[in-house]
Amino acid sequence: MKVLVTVKRVIDYNVKVRVKADGSDVDLNNVKMAMNPFCEIAVEEAIRLKESGTATEVIAVSVGPKACQEQLRTALALGADRAIHIESEAQLESLNVAKLLAKVIEQEQPGVVILGKQAIDTDNNQTGQMLSALTGMAQGTFASKIDIQGDKAVVIREVDGGLQTIELAMPIIATTDLRLNEPRYASLPNIMKAKRKPLEVKTPEELGVSIKAHTKLLSVGAPAERKAGIKVASVAELVDKLKNEAKVI
Amino acid sequence: MSILVIAEHDNDSIKSSTLNTVTAALAIADDVTVLVAGSNCQSAAQSAAKISGVSKVLVADNPAYANQLAENMRGLIVELAEGKSHILAPATTSGKNIMPGVAALLDVGQISEIIKVESADVFERPIYAGNAVAKVQSLDTIKVITVRTTAFEEAGDTGSASIEQVAAVCDAGKSTFIGEAVVVSERPELTAAKIVISGGRGMGNGENFSLLEAVADKLGAAVGASRAAVDAGFVSNDMQVGQTGKIVAPDLYIAVGISGAIQHLAGMKDSKVIVAINKDEEAPIFSIADYGLVADLFEAVPELEASL
Ligand SMILES: Cc1cc2nc3c(=O)[nH]c(=O)nc-3n(C[C@H](O)[C@H](O)[C@H](O)COP(=O)(O)OP(=O)(O)OC[C@H]3O[C@@H](n4cnc5c(N)ncnc54)[C@H](O)[C@@H]3O)c2cc1C
Repeated sequence: MKVLVTVKRVIDYNVKVRVKADGSDVDLNNVKMAMNPFCEIAVEEAIRLKESGTATEVIAVSVGPKACQEQLRTALALGADRAIHIESEAQLESLNVAKLLAKVIEQEQPGVVILGKQAIDTDNNQTGQMLSALTGMAQGTFASKIDIQGDKAVVIREVDGGLQTIELAMPIIATTDLRLNEPRYASLPNIMKAKRKPLEVKTPEELGVSIKAHTKLLSVGAPAERKAGIKVASVAELVDKLKNEAKVI
Repeated sequence: MSILVIAEHDNDSIKSSTLNTVTAALAIADDVTVLVAGSNCQSAAQSAAKISGVSKVLVADNPAYANQLAENMRGLIVELAEGKSHILAPATTSGKNIMPGVAALLDVGQISEIIKVESADVFERPIYAGNAVAKVQSLDTIKVITVRTTAFEEAGDTGSASIEQVAAVCDAGKSTFIGEAVVVSERPELTAAKIVISGGRGMGNGENFSLLEAVADKLGAAVGASRAAVDAGFVSNDMQVGQTGKIVAPDLYIAVGISGAIQHLAGMKDSKVIVAINKDEEAPIFSIADYGLVADLFEAVPELEASL
């Protein structure tokens, strides 16, 4: 069984993004980029499926500009067997990405597809669910456990009320939540080895997918800033302020 | 324009997230229909009919919808989408699970977690953990949208909508509900509470959360947590506040032993009043707190409880 795992290049999660002065977008010039943390969890899960003998091959896919190959090399260093880069300089939306991934699924026929539940740049939380709808594969989103049992998979999901367990018919699409696993780090020898692993580049045209815009970004602004308040010296002062100044208790 | 709102409910009653979503819908247009899809969900439908401003309630009452599995729900919603200009659901784990698939089947985009309706096709939404706000225009004929519930008031309960049964049964047969470990609590729901007290890694362990619970009980507050506290196993995942957990905006948010990482701030910085209790005076949480107390939480929290 093949496992397909998706990887998105995003701003490093430690960096606080700034809005461009002209309000057209955020400023990503000279900003540190990295693999989306939820994709790191997805890659880890895919590798564990291979290590446990459930999967035979791990294929990492990324959609976006040439620089994405850096994150694909990271996935290869972590243990993916080969990578597919779908190269596009366009502003891609989730549905565009899902359609491209659906084509890759058609070609590769994986048993499990693992995506991050959301990317920390757009915070959309859409692509996995869209991919499930496009392919007709069952979906297990926000997974904190994925247990493949032959022709079915049991997925434990993080939901607002707690944890939900569902059983899915294989093949499946899963999206990762934070508690699914703790991603490993790539070792130096594996980083070197990754340079020689196969990385295939495709284009949306080759996959027969046209990129259509569904939204137009009109402007990007900074959120309302909160000003720092005051330090109180004691619990008694805090309670007094909450009662008599803020009037919230 | 005609809007379909996907209700979140437990078959008996409507969840408050639905009320916020109806308010967002009414900011777009007057013609709002609510879909209640569930199993033995007639009483939920009855309460949906009372939501102010709703003109019609559609009820799809079938075992296939008992747990609102995404594959079945999206099939149903797509069947009901004809003639609709907008389809809205709350940006809860349920709405997030269902709606992108609806959009994909309709071949349209989704606009996630809107915080403002600018016009029928222009919306504001936070991006980058709320460090920027994007104004986006939808170019699609049907607009599929999820709504950040804290950004919209709850609709009232003075409505009297008509109720119509829907016969369509969409059972994709791909997915089966096995069970749920739901955390039951007497306290108010985290996302709807007027006061929230949250603990972080500084709490040290799960037992120490009883210090926060004691304060919560006196204030009628909900208890939340940072990711670090959930990851460490102190408390369950449903308590996580943040970019990738729950978004809260209570009148009062008390952060205890939480450093204030951007991912945590993303989930609580729209609270009206923020209190931080942390022993590190350099902790970033103080930069957004209205009232900061530099103290050891194990002394300050019991003292706070005693003085309430
Ligand atoms: C993809 C991604 C998503 C994330 N999503 C979220 C999210 O949704 N929500 C979230 O919260 N985080 C999230 N995080 C994690 C976030 O980056 C931080 O790691 C996390 O918020 C830290 O939690 P904390 O403040 O409890 O722990 P720490 O940063 O370790 O802070 C603990 C604080 O407790 C204080 N303290 C310790 N002992 C005491 C004491 N006795 N008395 C008083 N103060 C004390 C310390 O001074 C310190 O400031 C996410 C991270 C990533 C990468």
